[in-house]
Amino acid sequence: MPVGDATVTVDQVVKPPFETVVAQHGATVLRVVRAVVGHSDADDAWSETFLAAMKAYPRLPANANVEAWLVTIAHRKAIDITRAAARRAFPVADTPDSPASDRADSHDLDLDTAVGALPPKQRQAVAYHYLAGLPYAEIAIILDSSVSAARRAAADGIATLRRTYPQIDTARSNT
Amino acid sequence: MTAHSLTPLYPVDPDHLRRLHARLEKDAQDSDLLDIAYRTVDSAVGPLLLAATPRGLVRVAFASEGSDNVLLALSERISPRMLEAPTRLDPIARQLDEYFAGRRQRFDVAVDWTLSHGFRRTVLEHLNTDVAYGTTASYATLARLSGSPKAVRAVGTACATNPTPIVVPCHRVIRSDGAVGSYRGGPAAKRALLALERAG
Repeated sequence: MPVGDATVTVDQVVKPPFETVVAQHGATVLRVVRAVVGHSDADDAWSETFLAAMKAYPRLPANANVEAWLVTIAHRKAIDITRAAARRAFPVADTPDSPASDRADSHDLDLDTAVGALPPKQRQAVAYHYLAGLPYAEIAIILDSSVSAARRAAADGIATLRRTYPQIDTARSNT
Repeated sequence: MTAHSLTPLYPVDPDHLRRLHARLEKDAQDSDLLDIAYRTVDSAVGPLLLAATPRGLVRVAFASEGSDNVLLALSERISPRMLEAPTRLDPIARQLDEYFAGRRQRFDVAVDWTLSHGFRRTVLEHLNTDVAYGTTASYATLARLSGSPKAVRAVGTACATNPTPIVVPCHRVIRSDGAVGSYRGGPAAKRALLALERAG
């Protein structure tokens, strides 16, 4: 290590550059917000989440669970975006007529419809567990509910999806 | 069903993530949150990591220093609000290209001296203004220019720990016996820079 730089040792916890957070969690957060707010608002939700996270990052404890922290921020941003969308006089459906940039990732409209039709708590619990991989103890904190209620919301959500989007079990068997 | 098991239903296109990253770079810059922007450029002395704060260029690092170590040290000493964001580094990247092509003798970019303190900073500021392209100075000469003729060893340390080598030209400081001496980027890089400037 050069003399002029702070010596970095393995037993010392140094917070990595925020770039590392974006690189490691950018894709997961995008999947989560797509499930929670839908494709048309997902880019705004992702951008607002990472901008807010970058602002708060210096105060985050170095040993914090970064993914749970990001999902918590995304959860709040998604609520703001959903409220703003509800205030719009004529909600714009996420249709194949959306601009090409919104469709750069192939997405399944049947899946979007099925997930979008779930009650919010179920949709959130499903996304945070089955896309972000968070344990129900973390999800309960984010949803401000009990652990058993969070687990039940995810189970109910998956049960409904099995009915409204049967291909869900194909995805599972492919993993 | 296990955790993460819906992930295959939500494919993410890397190009889409790159566009979101570019938007974050701009949003962070506009919100005064981009404390450090960095990028890597190729050069005649190997890849160089360039990092800048809003005040100016704060770090130039050689590949031998290990970019992960350099970025962690910047995160700890200045701020972890760092993104790989090329725009802020465009002017210095262009000027380095011109320098390595022999078409530039002085760098016209702001330098953020945050990482240099006290006498080391005095030494580097003298080096930046008093030792011209194509010339060399001994560590003893630079000690004299910096106002402490006896502090030859401290001048050596200041040069060895220069946060912005090449731009602040510590490669122009050599030993009194004519040997090139040590260099943050290794003696081969130092000889290459001196040869470039003799030819230019």
